[in-house]
Amino acid sequence: MPTVYVNDKPVDIGTQRLNCVQAAELAGVMVPHYCYHPALTVVASCRMCLVEVGELKDGKVTMQPKVLPGCQTPVKDGSVIVTGDYVKKDKSVPALAYDPAYKPGVRAKGAQADTLEGLLLNHPLDCPVCDKAGECKLQDYSYEFGRSESRMVDSKNQPPNKPGISSKITLFTDRCIMCTRCVRFTREISGTAELTVTNRGHHSEIDVFPGHPLENKLAGNVVDLCPVGALGSKDFLYTQRVWYMKDVDGVCSLCSTGCSIHVDVNKDRVYRLRARENPDAQGYFMCDDGRYGYHFASAADRIARPQVKAGDAVKNAAWHEVLPTLKADIEAAAKKDAKGVVAVLSPFLTVEEAFLFATYFKGLSKDVRLVLGPVPVIGQDDKYPKDVKGNAVEPTKFTIRAEKCPNRRGVEAVLKQFQGSVIPFADVAAKAGSLAALVFVGGYPNKEAVEAAVGSGWTAPALLVVQDLFPTALTAAAKYVLPATASFEKDGTFVNHAGLAQTFPRATLPPKEARSELQIAFDLLGRRGLVQAAAIRKEVAKAIAAFAHLAEEKAPKAGKRLELQTI
Amino acid sequence: MPIAEQDVKWVQEPKLGLFGQLYLPLVMDGLTTTISHMFQKKVTEQYPEQEPKLPANYRGVHRLNRDHDGHVKCVACYMCATACPAHCIDIVAAPAPVGWTDREKYPETFVIDELRCIYCGMCEEACPVDAIELTTLYDLTGLSREQMIFDKEKLLSVFDMTTKAGTDPVRTQAGKLGPASEAPPQK
Repeated sequence: MPTVYVNDKPVDIGTQRLNCVQAAELAGVMVPHYCYHPALTVVASCRMCLVEVGELKDGKVTMQPKVLPGCQTPVKDGSVIVTGDYVKKDKSVPALAYDPAYKPGVRAKGAQADTLEGLLLNHPLDCPVCDKAGECKLQDYSYEFGRSESRMVDSKNQPPNKPGISSKITLFTDRCIMCTRCVRFTREISGTAELTVTNRGHHSEIDVFPGHPLENKLAGNVVDLCPVGALGSKDFLYTQRVWYMKDVDGVCSLCSTGCSIHVDVNKDRVYRLRARENPDAQGYFMCDDGRYGYHFASAADRIARPQVKAGDAVKNAAWHEVLPTLKADIEAAAKKDAKGVVAVLSPFLTVEEAFLFATYFKGLSKDVRLVLGPVPVIGQDDKYPKDVKGNAVEPTKFTIRAEKCPNRRGVEAVLKQFQGSVIPFADVAAKAGSLAALVFVGGYPNKEAVEAAVGSGWTAPALLVVQDLFPTALTAAAKYVLPATASFEKDGTFVNHAGLAQTFPRATLPPKEARSELQIAFDLLGRRGLVQAAAIRKEVAKAIAAFAHLAEEKAPKAGKRLELQTI
Repeated sequence: MPIAEQDVKWVQEPKLGLFGQLYLPLVMDGLTTTISHMFQKKVTEQYPEQEPKLPANYRGVHRLNRDHDGHVKCVACYMCATACPAHCIDIVAAPAPVGWTDREKYPETFVIDELRCIYCGMCEEACPVDAIELTTLYDLTGLSREQMIFDKEKLLSVFDMTTKAGTDPVRTQAGKLGPASEAPPQK
């Protein structure tokens, strides 16, 4: 078996093609790096990952005479890697047969300190006012590997900031350490190549080409990629210090890719979304539609409390008044004409919510129809990288899906379990006027999707109950209007376009007067006790074979691909 | 944990001897102390007619210092709010107004709840630009809770008042605190 020795510790690398940084990671040794990123090409420009490399042959170690960049040096069977942290190595592992004159780790450690001193020569050290402080690699590594003071006596090179490089991103030029991750991202992942390095050597700067600002749908990723505070998101700029925020693992709800995301919240307010690495879902990045798309939750026109129509007037009502009459109305309609009762479950619901609602409506009568809510589709799948003319180039590295909802497949799986087939919304929308009751469980962050599906020739059924985030043509005609919750205000499971089920926890609380969909389903079912998505998840796992793995106590972070049938 | 029997020490009240039982010698002993104090230097201060002179490191009401241009010196880094054990500092940061050439970020609002503050001085310690200082103002009173919540303007007015009165001169003597507090080098 191919074995690599990292700080004397043998690691079996199998058939993988790895570099020293990755091999060291396998051995549990962190090699600091700035410019290396697993999704981007290697340039070895930051020199932070310098390690000592050698070879073990016939029981004898031959070390190379100089330090090498770990990200650019591939490993093979018998490779020996010695990092600057050699002194912190596991003492129980016996040392290899080094040359007696060789002192392992001394050169690498010295190289790290020297590299950092070089990187900090022109860095303004304005950590107190830099948004990156607290999650900055330059800060972390300087603390761990650097020296405490600068020997630079000349004034620093401080080029002016470039707030104009993009409408959403600003560049603090003086903080840049020229790792060129952002440049490589725009060239390799988005393919739009807006960013470049201008000037040479000491005077190098990141810049855009004149008249071509950094405007593409993946541009926000360069802020995450930047290991220092040079690229800043204007959306997040100066709003919060990173150490105040709690990072919750979420799933983006704005397209069917279902990107894994970090939801950064403080005091029940979302401050920013960042991509969370997940090779099964989307890889390392996310699109700007999702990244800046969380603002709908704090929009002023969001429905925040239940409303009931009395005559022509719409008035706010308390939950304890609404729920009994709502339940009585639905049940009366189901008793009178069960075939005329339709429950619309939107693809924005989680699997657990859809399951509970389906249980309730099918419990009223077998003839009640469950309908999949309108599935918003905008244009075509947007594939990256693109060439200069904007055409997608193979191989595709990132896709923004045209289907703008997170859980169509999950809701479909539930509907199929309960009634064998999925009825699209269009089938009932045209004949809505003749229905006895229509319960629309929505939660659409974009009201256009609902408006388009409803159309102009809409006639309201005898009883219309609508739960949604924003007022639409539907809510205007509804007798009962209930508030909905955004995806980061609830916990549950989404199934993405490829059948990947991802379970996520709640990040913030919904508005005070709003109740989660799960709670409303509980109330309708007359269930007692604490509303816990995890408990419902176990029920779902028992009832639907495809979701059997959801019964596991702790769902895997990366999610799990399901064997779902497509229709 | 209950106290173990061997840890308890029982003490008996000492019995008075003949000298103690006579009573008068002990009275005289006490009076000697009283009378000796009448001839010593007075330590009583006539507050509030006479106000005490407090040392410069006394920790009273906060102030926000001004820079040479009269702007608030604070750069809204939240270090004080982070260090504050009482969570009494609330800052809202914003990009600095146009014309403030020396920095990018400034506090749009800066509020200290003086009732919540425990006057520990950690904010002063944490500030990288010496913008927040505790003054020797100790007689802070207010008629309502709202009056005791100091906003940026009020904290700046404390600076104006204390520097004018000369009670608390600007203590920032550090030459270089970091680029955040310094003007960029002139080319």
